Amino acid sequence: MSKANATPESVDSQGMHYLTSLPRRVVTVYLPLGAFLIVLLFPFYWMVITAFKPNEELLSREGNPFWVVHPTFAHINKLLFETDYPSWLWNTVLVSVVATFVSIVCSVLAAYAIERLRYRGSRYVGMGIFLAYLVPPSILFIPLAAMVYKLNLFDTRLALILTYPTFLIPFCTWLLMGYFKSIPFELEECALIDGATRLQILIKIILPLAVPGLISAGIFAFTLSWNEFIYALTFVSSSEVKTVSVAVVTELVEGDVYHWGSLMAGALFGSLPVAILYSFFVEYYVSGLTGAVKE
Amino acid sequence: MTVIAKPSSALSRALDDRTVLGLLFMVPAAALLLLFLTYPLGLGTYLGFTDAKIGRAGEWVGLENYKFLWSDAVTRLALFNTLFYTAVASVIKFVLGLWLALLLNKHLPLKSFFRAIVLLPFIVPTALSAIAFWWIYDSQFSIISWALMRMGLIHQYIDFLGNPWHARFSTIAANIWRGVPFVAITLLAGLQTISPSYYEAASLDGATPWQQFRHVTLPLLTPIIAVVMTFSVLFTFTDFQLIYVLTRGGPLNATHLMATLSFQRAIPGGNLGEGAAIATAMVPFLLAAIMVSYFGLQRRAWQQGGTDR
Repeated sequence: MSKANATPESVDSQGMHYLTSLPRRVVTVYLPLGAFLIVLLFPFYWMVITAFKPNEELLSREGNPFWVVHPTFAHINKLLFETDYPSWLWNTVLVSVVATFVSIVCSVLAAYAIERLRYRGSRYVGMGIFLAYLVPPSILFIPLAAMVYKLNLFDTRLALILTYPTFLIPFCTWLLMGYFKSIPFELEECALIDGATRLQILIKIILPLAVPGLISAGIFAFTLSWNEFIYALTFVSSSEVKTVSVAVVTELVEGDVYHWGSLMAGALFGSLPVAILYSFFVEYYVSGLTGAVKE
Repeated sequence: MTVIAKPSSALSRALDDRTVLGLLFMVPAAALLLLFLTYPLGLGTYLGFTDAKIGRAGEWVGLENYKFLWSDAVTRLALFNTLFYTAVASVIKFVLGLWLALLLNKHLPLKSFFRAIVLLPFIVPTALSAIAFWWIYDSQFSIISWALMRMGLIHQYIDFLGNPWHARFSTIAANIWRGVPFVAITLLAGLQTISPSYYEAASLDGATPWQQFRHVTLPLLTPIIAVVMTFSVLFTFTDFQLIYVLTRGGPLNATHLMATLSFQRAIPGGNLGEGAAIATAMVPFLLAAIMVSYFGLQRRAWQQGGTDR
């Protein structure tokens, strides 16, 4: 690990770290980092282990709880075939995909208008979008619930599809404004001279150049809608329409007997899709996260 | 303009006008946001002044709801809990997040892999990771209690969620677990924008690592710290999922936050007006918290002559 003979190109950003000895580095860097990773990952490990543990092992204080002696698929089996879990997953996928798609379309148009068309008052609208981004769902859900009852949308997926864009559009628009800003004006001017309409410019020039931004916004919006809880808890009450996070919390907990194995399996399968998607697009996700904060 | 004569030239000329086209492009987003964000914000404030119930419009009652809430011990407790929860969790998230960001900024093998792993708690649905914490905090089979027993540090299982102060700190710990990755990754992005030449200059002048951190890293990082902490405070203050899943506000309302209390009063309790009043009462505190974390930190950057923004 010693970088004492590091070439100038490989010298890291902290300058002269090669002056610190390896033992010192272990204590100041690797030990704390290891502790952080263990704490941050332990709940996931515990989810996985519990999902495969038979009840006798779960409810015993003997033996080593950190490992499974006789792994079982009983909990997963129960979850998939004795509950509505598959339809909860399907609801979550459906709601997240549609809400994300709607939000991206709206955000692309809005961000292009604010950032490139610069119509009168667009700066104030941009500020308004940022403020909308700061409005938390926990102060909106009560009036939204009243509206949902009134519009006869209660207990439908449409209620969620229509309300999720309220937190997705501000975020996506803000993110895409940053991406559009970086595309040179000259490209648009050339296209205008060649007789392209604004819509053609948007579709054929701006969007292809903003693909990384679109992916960032899409991934982020998808995970945000997948993780949404309070609207889904408030606007939906029948089991067939519930999303995974709400259903696991409300449907799998019956009375005083907690079926920890299937609860953990439910939490695991509800988390895996976003985790897998995230693992493919880490860089886009991180740039979306940091881009939105940095502006 | 005269190269191709279009039949509907009035329409196409209108579409070439930036203001007309701009407003046209705004329509879908504006319609959704005005209908489902701006209108409910106003409606929520209005509902706070009525005695609306679920399925009943309700009458204007003036400040009645707020008077009741002010005298209501549970609401006061929820306010205290929210402030305590936000203050403690935000400070610890900041310290641990900054530390983690500094660690990740070191020259490490598999650096991007670590960065990806670290963000996992933030990606996964909070309600589902809260379920995992619920099991970790179980009063009879808690793995933490088991480990502490084995180490001989305690003699009986800890009732993590059954005792008011235990429950407060347990929920704060779960919130920190979820929030540290966000703080760390965004601060890491800030750290990576600091030019290494500052550190080289500082170490040539004989600055110790602590001095480098105090006089180079911290001042240059202050603007992004301000933004990150504003968001962190915002998320923590309005937190709902963790508390709802872990304790539903119990024991003895010891962990009720304003968000969970307003949910409980409005949806299961049916008192939309009262719930809306609690939610509206959050707004001034929220604004104050944002002001403190944003302007408070921002001013330090100006005082130190920071022009690097």
